[in-house]
Amino acid sequence: MSQFFTYTILTATIASAVQYAAPFLLAALGETLGQRSGVLNLGVDGIMLLGAFSCYYVALETGSDLLGILVGMGVGAVLGLMTAFMSVTLKATQGISGIGVYIFGLGLSDLLFVRFVGTPLPVNPLPAVDIPLLSHIPALGRMFFQQNLLIYLAFLLVPALALVLYHTNYGTRVLAVGENPAAADSLGISVTRTRYSTVMLGCTMAGLAGSTLLLLDGIFQENLTQSAGFIAVALVYFGAWRPAGVMTGSLLYGVVTAVVLQWKSLGIIPTSAADLAATAPAVITILALVALAGRFKQPAALGKPYLRGA
Amino acid sequence: MTTTEVPLGGSVLAPRSIIWKRLRRLLLGWLALPLSALAALLIGALLILGFGANPVTGYHALLSGAFGGSYALASTAQKAVPLLLVATGICIAVRANVWNIGGEGQIVMGALASTATALALPNLPAFVLLPLVVIAAACGGAIWAGIAGFFKAYFNVNEILSTIMLNLVAVQVMNYLLSGPLVNKSQSFSITGLIPQTKLLSKNAWLPTIMSGTQLNLGVVIAVAVAVAVYFLLWRTGFGFRIRAVGLSRDAAAYAGMPVKRTVMNAMVLSGACCGVAGAVLVFGSISHRMVTDGSLTGFTGNDGFNGIVVALFGGLNPLWSILSAYLFGGLLIGGTSMQAIIGVPTDLVTTIEGLVVIFVVSIDYLRVRFRIQEEAQRLERDKERAPESSGRSLLFKLARARA
Repeated sequence: MSQFFTYTILTATIASAVQYAAPFLLAALGETLGQRSGVLNLGVDGIMLLGAFSCYYVALETGSDLLGILVGMGVGAVLGLMTAFMSVTLKATQGISGIGVYIFGLGLSDLLFVRFVGTPLPVNPLPAVDIPLLSHIPALGRMFFQQNLLIYLAFLLVPALALVLYHTNYGTRVLAVGENPAAADSLGISVTRTRYSTVMLGCTMAGLAGSTLLLLDGIFQENLTQSAGFIAVALVYFGAWRPAGVMTGSLLYGVVTAVVLQWKSLGIIPTSAADLAATAPAVITILALVALAGRFKQPAALGKPYLRGA
Repeated sequence: MTTTEVPLGGSVLAPRSIIWKRLRRLLLGWLALPLSALAALLIGALLILGFGANPVTGYHALLSGAFGGSYALASTAQKAVPLLLVATGICIAVRANVWNIGGEGQIVMGALASTATALALPNLPAFVLLPLVVIAAACGGAIWAGIAGFFKAYFNVNEILSTIMLNLVAVQVMNYLLSGPLVNKSQSFSITGLIPQTKLLSKNAWLPTIMSGTQLNLGVVIAVAVAVAVYFLLWRTGFGFRIRAVGLSRDAAAYAGMPVKRTVMNAMVLSGACCGVAGAVLVFGSISHRMVTDGSLTGFTGNDGFNGIVVALFGGLNPLWSILSAYLFGGLLIGGTSMQAIIGVPTDLVTTIEGLVVIFVVSIDYLRVRFRIQEEAQRLERDKERAPESSGRSLLFKLARARA
C-alpha cells in the first residue's frame, strides 16, 4: 500500500482518472441536455461506438485527428436526428428504441471495422498540451493541466452547459419543455423543435465522447466502449440532472477506475481478485443511484412523448 | 355546371379512401412486424452490397444455413432455446411496465449457480440433479434480477440503468470465479495461462439429446414449456392479471387495492428466473459440457440477453408468439455464420439487422396505436348515431386512449 502513496504514483493516478472521466463526462453532459428537455436517450453507447469508429477511420485514412473528430461529431448528429425522429415524431417508447440504436451501433461499428480496416492499426493519439504557467504548478499541474485538448473541452463544457441551461432563453425553453411541455406549447414554444435540437446536440456530444475515448489509445476494437454510454446515462441520474453533479459523478467514476487499475499494476490487489475489484465502479454507481433516488426530482416529462391535447 | 363541380369528387374519393383505409389496417395490423423485418433485411442487403458481395447469395447462404435440412433446423432450434427463455422473461417484466435489460447478467448468474451446484453434488442421480441445476439457475437469475426489482419497487431506481450495471458486475464475477475458485486446475498449461473454464461437469446434469445425430436436447422442451406456462400465468391467473394491470396503470392498480410494489418486484424476480434457466441451458446443453468464457462481456452469453429483447419485441411481447420469433432469430444467428463462411460478411451484420428490427418495431408502434384509436373513435360515432344510449365500447376507447 505504501508504494501507492508516493508523489509520482498519486499524481499519475489522478491524471489518468481525469482522462478516464472525460468521455463519460462528454456523453453524460449531452444526455443531460436531452433529458432536461424530456427525452431519455439510451442509444448513447451505440452512438459513441459509431462516432469512435468514424473518427478512427477518418484519422487513419487522412492522418488528421481533427478531421476524425469532426466526422465523429457529424455521425453523432445524424444518429441524433434519427433518435429524435423516433422519440419525438414517432413517439416511440424511449427506453427500448435506445436499446435498438445501441444494438445497431454495436453491430455496424464492428461490421465497418472489419470491412474497411480489418487489422487494428493505430492512429496517433491526441498529444497532451501543457497549459502555460498552470502546468508548472506542483502536483496539480501534472494532474489537470497536461492533458489533451478534448479533455480540457469536456471540462469547459460543464460551466458552458450550466450557463446555457440556466442563463439563456434557449435553456429556459429546454427546461420548460422538460417540465411541462403542454404549458410551454401554450406559450408558443415548439416542443418538437426544442427536443430535436437538444437530442441532436446531445448525440453530437456522444459522438465526440466516442472520439475522445478512441483518441486516448488510438486503436479501435469491437465493443470499444464496454457499455460506457450506459454508464454515462447513469451518471446523469447520479448528478441529479445538473452539470456540476454530472462532473462529480464522472470524476468519481474515473478515480475509482484509475485507482483499481493502479492497484492492480502495483500488485496491491492480487491478480486473482482483480476481476472482483473491477466491479467496484459499477457497484458504486448502483449504490449511488439507490442513495440518490428520490432525493432529486427528475424532469417531470422525462421519457414521455408529448401529445398535444392529451 | 361543369362536371368537376358536381359532388363527383366525393364519390371518386370515397372508394380510394376506403382502399387506403383497408391498406392501412393491413399495413399497421398483421403486416407491421413482417414489414419491419423486411425493411431491416433490405438495409442489410445494401450493407452486403457495400461489402462487394451479392446479397442474394448471402441471404441464400443464410437461409440454407438456418433452415436447410434437418441438421440446420435442429441447430436453429438449439440456438433459439436461450433466446426464447430470455424473451419469455422480458415479456413478464415488460407486461408490468418494467424494462429488464439485465438478461446478460441474469444468464451469467443462472449459469454460475447451476454450475456450482453440479460441481458440488456431482454424484446425485440424473433425475434429481437435472431438476436441481435448473432450479439453481432459476434462483441465480431471480436473485440478480430481484436486486434491480427491489431497488425499482422500493427506491424507484431506474431499472434499465441498474440492470445494465448488474450486467457489468455479473461478467466480472464470472471472470473471477472461472479463472479462480471454479477453474479447471487439471487442464494443460498453455502460454497464455489457464483457460477460464470449469472442469467437465457431471454427466448426470447433461441435458439429454432428444434427436439423434444433432445437438438438439431437452432444453427445447424446457423452453417451450416455460413459455406456455408463462402465457397461462399472465393471461389466466390473478397473479398475471395483477402484473398486467400494474403495467397498464400503476395508479389504477393501486386504486383497485393491488400491491403495486410487490407485483413489480415479483415480475422482475420471475423474469430473472427465466433468464437464469437460459444460463443453465447454455452450460448443460453445450457441446463442451462445461462453463467457459473468453473474459469479454459477451464471451459466455453470446449477447443472448440483448437478442432475447429483440425476440420478445418481435413476438409482440407474448410468450407464445415469442416461440416463433425465437426460432426465426435463432435462424438468423445460425445462418449468419454460414453467410460469413460463404460470402465473407461478418456476423455483425446480423447484430445490425437486429438493431434495425427493434428500431422499426418500436417506431411503428405509435402509428398502430393511433390508428386503433381512430378506428375505435369512428366506431363509437357510428354506435352513437345508431343508439345514442349505447356506450359499450366507450370503456375500451378510454382504455385505448389511456394506453396511448
